[in-house]
Amino acid sequence: MVTAYQPRIIGFLCNWCSYAGADLAGTSRISYPGNIRIIRVPCSARVDPLFIVKAFQYGADGVLVAGCHPGDCHYSEGNYHTRRRLALLHSFLDFTGIEKERLRLEWVSASEGKRWSQVVTDFTAQVAALGPRAK
Amino acid sequence: MPRVGVFVCHCGTNIAGTVDVPAVTEWAKTLPGVVATSDNKYSCSEPGQASIRKVIEENRLNRVVVAACSPRMHEATFRRAMVQAGLNPYFLEIANIREHCSWVHGNDKAMATEKAKDIIRMAVAKVTNNEALFPKTIGITKRALVIGGGITGIQAALDIANAGHEVVLVEREPSIGGHMAQLDKTFPTLDCSACILSPKMVDIGQHPKIKLMNYSQVQKVSGFVGNFEVEILQKAKRVDYSKCTGCGTCWQKCPQKVDSEFDVGTGKRTVIHIPFPQAIPAKPVIDWAQCRYCKFLDWKAAGEQGKKPPECRVCEKVCPVQAIDFNQQDQVVTEKFGAIVVATGYKTFDPAVYEEYGGGRLPDVITSLQLERQMNAAGPTGGEIKRPSDGEHPRTIVLVSCVGSRDAQKGRPYCSKICCMYNAKHAIMLKEHDPGVQVYVFYIDVRTGGKDFEEFYLRAIDEAGAVYLRGRVSKIYQDGKKLVVLGEDSLMGQPVEIAADLVVLAAGMEPNIGAAEIAQTLHISYDTYGFMVEAHPKLRPVETNTDGILVAGACVGPRDIPESVAQGSAAAAKAVGILSQDSLTVDPMIAQVDPAKCIGCLLCVAVCPFKAPYSETTRDKRTIAVINEALCKGCGICVAHCRPKAINLHGFTNQQLLAEVQALW
Repeated sequence: MVTAYQPRIIGFLCNWCSYAGADLAGTSRISYPGNIRIIRVPCSARVDPLFIVKAFQYGADGVLVAGCHPGDCHYSEGNYHTRRRLALLHSFLDFTGIEKERLRLEWVSASEGKRWSQVVTDFTAQVAALGPRAK
Repeated sequence: MPRVGVFVCHCGTNIAGTVDVPAVTEWAKTLPGVVATSDNKYSCSEPGQASIRKVIEENRLNRVVVAACSPRMHEATFRRAMVQAGLNPYFLEIANIREHCSWVHGNDKAMATEKAKDIIRMAVAKVTNNEALFPKTIGITKRALVIGGGITGIQAALDIANAGHEVVLVEREPSIGGHMAQLDKTFPTLDCSACILSPKMVDIGQHPKIKLMNYSQVQKVSGFVGNFEVEILQKAKRVDYSKCTGCGTCWQKCPQKVDSEFDVGTGKRTVIHIPFPQAIPAKPVIDWAQCRYCKFLDWKAAGEQGKKPPECRVCEKVCPVQAIDFNQQDQVVTEKFGAIVVATGYKTFDPAVYEEYGGGRLPDVITSLQLERQMNAAGPTGGEIKRPSDGEHPRTIVLVSCVGSRDAQKGRPYCSKICCMYNAKHAIMLKEHDPGVQVYVFYIDVRTGGKDFEEFYLRAIDEAGAVYLRGRVSKIYQDGKKLVVLGEDSLMGQPVEIAADLVVLAAGMEPNIGAAEIAQTLHISYDTYGFMVEAHPKLRPVETNTDGILVAGACVGPRDIPESVAQGSAAAAKAVGILSQDSLTVDPMIAQVDPAKCIGCLLCVAVCPFKAPYSETTRDKRTIAVINEALCKGCGICVAHCRPKAINLHGFTNQQLLAEVQALW
């Protein structure tokens, strides 16, 4: 039997919304693909673009950054910084030859367990479709 | 040298049912830095914690990883266990193998076990880079702010004040009382709503520890638990409360009548008004936008064009104490608080979106709250039920359940909880008001979960003779003087047609106007409908994820009066728990600048939402940034922005987070 390609995905989740949303997916037993490894950060704005680039350098097939919806940031405006930063990083990824579809920014609130599972399912499928990274 | 211990929790079968816990425990021994591992049935239990402490002591561990549930659940529990074992509590990391693994991958045990290993591997890599942190203590402002003066806010304010702390109660409307003041009777006891509410309202007005700010709104909140700074906008009432005696001459003489919000459009009020006779404070406000004198001033300011409106000023002329002050302006006051209770309540769903029920155009299709005002002896009709169209007494009345509840098509899939019971109440009350009426109730299910609720519902059928029909109403249209209600009796499996005189829509509950804005001002979470999100739906029902901010009542979700009162008291108990302390410890997970690396670009000063970083000149005349520990919230915006990597965030350092990433390869 040939095992299907299983991408390795890293998720940076803000503590207040998305991490809690992922917790809620657990509490509600909403399953999703197990390719993602979650790193808890206080705010999505804590995510240094360096972390994402390093993750790709080590061998990650995809990186998901998730934070509170715009306007709902626990720290008022952290997610706006994230949004701008990742927009820049997206164009940089293209330049380095990493498909920009491998990096995604999503807003998932603490009450959106179901949405979290959909985001992961969708992103995992997207990264899997891209196949392994070109060396 | 780090000496890491890994403790894997079975959590009964919650984790062990999916993840091979013994295998993971054995495997964890191979991780770099790990010197001891063990598994526990329930790590959070006292025996579980005791066994962790024992392993820590026996193996002289200096770092701990607990692989169990979410850190949002038990991080604090295990931090305490660390302290008891003589370790700095910040040498702990939680590997979340329950919410993020076993509970979502129950269908693939092998994969879940591998994922659990990865999660533990990341936590071990992180904890190896942890550092000892020491929380600081800060003082507390021993005052509470309660936002919203409905029954929940009233209860919370009274309980906090009776515990000996000062309270400021902010109410947006001219009077406190909220929706409960609009109700005639309450289920299932049928006691008069005003009779049980008014004494509490009077207590608020007279309590020496409570400062009531009516006609006011919270507009900005900064600070943190124990030390909130809140800007409150006091809208201009144009009445000087220090002179006003509440005699009532002005609102009796005011010539301008407008629709009364309190009577939900079924009655009129004057422009200078108190919303209802028992209002607290019993002093009026001028509804400036509708005032004739305001319109006159606008006309003057616009260059006296068009017809001159009357320069009324009647209230000013009749006031015996010269309390009217047309020049009064909106005021913003800043107050300090230690804790905040949010009790902004609900509003009723607007049934105008139901085109099939007339879309709000049929005069004799009213909402339950409008019926409630009609039933009230102090209401616009003096307690008589009258058809809005012709003022006649209705004989056949149809109550329609679940309007804006349990209806995904209208964006309201949730149950509003109170409507089944108030429908039963209305069926009984309508019969009491006029024994000749026949009441029909269309329902999907009758939900009577509550003390004496089922008995009350049966009373509506047995005593009041209400006919309950299981099914949704498909259409309501006018036919002469009658309203034709088309529906289905799904138990009989046949269509139903009723010629009714009055139709009452049981409009559901939704978050109050501005609830989402309040949540954004306070930086607390709210769900897709705008209801506030509690820290834990079962175990922390009145707390939020922000320490010191509590939520209670119908702003969290549909609630009836007893629940709202209980939640108001619960929130008060939590607030008092904070205010009765002399100092609070603050989270040491905050940012710190390395002065040797800082280049003085001060980008951190520009990006920080809390104004925590400031510039300082060193002895060798370099400009560097320094972070005010009391203001830093630990978000890490500045850390990621810092170009020379001079700022680090304790608890989430670059080293810790990169170690987590690297551990996977």
